Amino acid sequence: MTPSAPVESRPVRPVGPLVISIEGVTKLYVMGEETIHALRGVSLEIRRNEYLAIMGPSGSGKSTLMNMLGCLDTPSSGKYEFSGQDVASMVDDELADIRNREIGFVFQTFNLLPRSDALRNVELPLIYAGVPRHERHERARAALESVGLGNRIHHKPNELSGGQRQRVAIARALVNRPSIILADEPTGNLDSKTGVEIMDLFEELYEKGNTLIVVTHEESIARHARRIIRLHDGLVESDGSAF
Amino acid sequence: MGRLLYELTESVRIAMAQVRANKMRSALTALGVIIGIVAVTLMGTAIRGIDIGFNNSLAMLGDDIIHVQKWPWANVDDWWNYMDRQRLKPEEAIALNRIIEATPNSLLELAVFTDARGTTVKAGGVSVNGVYCSGATADFGRLLVADFQEGRLYNETESDGSRQVCVLGLDVAQALFPGRSAIDGTVIVQGQPFKVIGVLAKQGSFLGLFSMDNQMLLPLGAFRKYFGLRDDNADIQVKVRDKTRLDEAREELTGDMRRVRGQAPGERDNFSLNGGDGFKKQLDPIKQGIAFAGLFVTGLSLFVGAIGIMNITFVSVRERTKEIGTRKALGARRRTILLQFLIEAVSICFAGGVVGLAVTYGLCLAVKTAMPNFPLEFSVGLVATSMFVAIATGIISGFVPALGASRLDPVVALRYE
Repeated sequence: MTPSAPVESRPVRPVGPLVISIEGVTKLYVMGEETIHALRGVSLEIRRNEYLAIMGPSGSGKSTLMNMLGCLDTPSSGKYEFSGQDVASMVDDELADIRNREIGFVFQTFNLLPRSDALRNVELPLIYAGVPRHERHERARAALESVGLGNRIHHKPNELSGGQRQRVAIARALVNRPSIILADEPTGNLDSKTGVEIMDLFEELYEKGNTLIVVTHEESIARHARRIIRLHDGLVESDGSAF
Repeated sequence: MGRLLYELTESVRIAMAQVRANKMRSALTALGVIIGIVAVTLMGTAIRGIDIGFNNSLAMLGDDIIHVQKWPWANVDDWWNYMDRQRLKPEEAIALNRIIEATPNSLLELAVFTDARGTTVKAGGVSVNGVYCSGATADFGRLLVADFQEGRLYNETESDGSRQVCVLGLDVAQALFPGRSAIDGTVIVQGQPFKVIGVLAKQGSFLGLFSMDNQMLLPLGAFRKYFGLRDDNADIQVKVRDKTRLDEAREELTGDMRRVRGQAPGERDNFSLNGGDGFKKQLDPIKQGIAFAGLFVTGLSLFVGAIGIMNITFVSVRERTKEIGTRKALGARRRTILLQFLIEAVSICFAGGVVGLAVTYGLCLAVKTAMPNFPLEFSVGLVATSMFVAIATGIISGFVPALGASRLDPVVALRYE
């Protein structure tokens, strides 16, 4: 895959206040007799308006870290604060509310509801946020327009191309104005040309002031980010500028 | 609050879409509920119908009348204790009335002596067998439950003078005088001519067993003259003033009757008090037993329907595990997921309930048209109850799978393929 512009020429925006703070986080999975140390003590800080890639081979703890950052899972030990709130001690429904308000998910397999049209799909987080119907429509429509799908709002997922589906998913991630957008292999199910288009869209979102975290195992995707964290064996191997 | 409302409407929408997307599966599942609801509601209508029919029959007998008789209505094992009892006499009714009048605030109103036989009635060339022929004084008019189709009851003069007049039940009148009025016609009973002066209105049959319209009334004097006084059918019918105080009335009547007969204290009553709600009290446990057994058996079919709902909800949760994961990632709480699957189960049950009720209603109409006497009774209460049962079935059978769905770990659910 070739980036549409030389990586080195891209602007780096000044970062904002602290959003995520992780300190000495571990995660253990007990599988029968065996205990798997998915994370062995990870510490990192993510600030507003960063563009971050998390890389690592399979088994490196990449997915576990992503689930943790996305508040889908809580650490076995260590500290996790999201905008000053202690996530580590939260229960299910509190985590659901944090995810709803603070995090926009973009999945490798898009995860759209097959029987709902684009607008309905994008509205979903707003329903869970308790936004009234009229406002919901307006915001979902605006989000779809911002990803270039203003003319496809009543199409069902099976009437859209892969790239368009991922755009719907991105609109859904944006619609509740989250603090971070967490993308898990966002181009993994797309051909390389469409993948480039999606990464260009991410670039655009970054330039508009969003905070992006992309989890990937592809070097070429990671190089779009401004900062790359490499994991190995449940530990941070390197953390630094992408250039 | 707003959020819950949006989640609810969203859940209903999803449930509808889900049902539409799996038409065949939903229809088959609903069929189980439909069969269950039809079985239970049909049983309900039958039980209610029987109950209403039974109460009508009791009212027909006169539920405010206590019968003083030699034998109790219930079957007795110690018949020898009753066999030697004196039969009842007309004079005892007169004595009873005297006591009743002398008692301040008596719960009893009037005692009338009656006697009855099965007999054959003829007119012209036609004869009717097995007519229940009663003899009673003119006072009987105050006890009579039935109305007059035409004519009247004999008056005191006719009664005391043992005039040969009679009142016919509707069936008897129609059989003997087809297509014309029986009034002023002559019927032959026990070889004697009786002039018809009244015809009773239709009463129907008691518990569907014997017809109340196959009867006739004669003045007591005439009855005694031609039938004699030898039978055990002799009956003093006593009307009570307030049928809600039947037990007290019965107590008073027992005392009065013992006085009339001069029974010593401690001696067993040598008469039986029948009727009132005694019959009802005897039959109520049987009725309840039938109702319970019927509802239990039909309830089993509803249970099978409920298992179908539970099964389909499990399948639905399994199929949409990834969707559940996505929804959780987007901020759906446990409650949201629980509601979504519960509403899906309830909507199938509700639809099944509506269809089942419609089928029951249709069947009731059909049965009523084909067999007007069959006791079926469709009611608003039944509609409400069966809708409640259908919804409860949905909630109960959908709850376990829905709860399982709501507790799924989002990480695991998202990874599910």
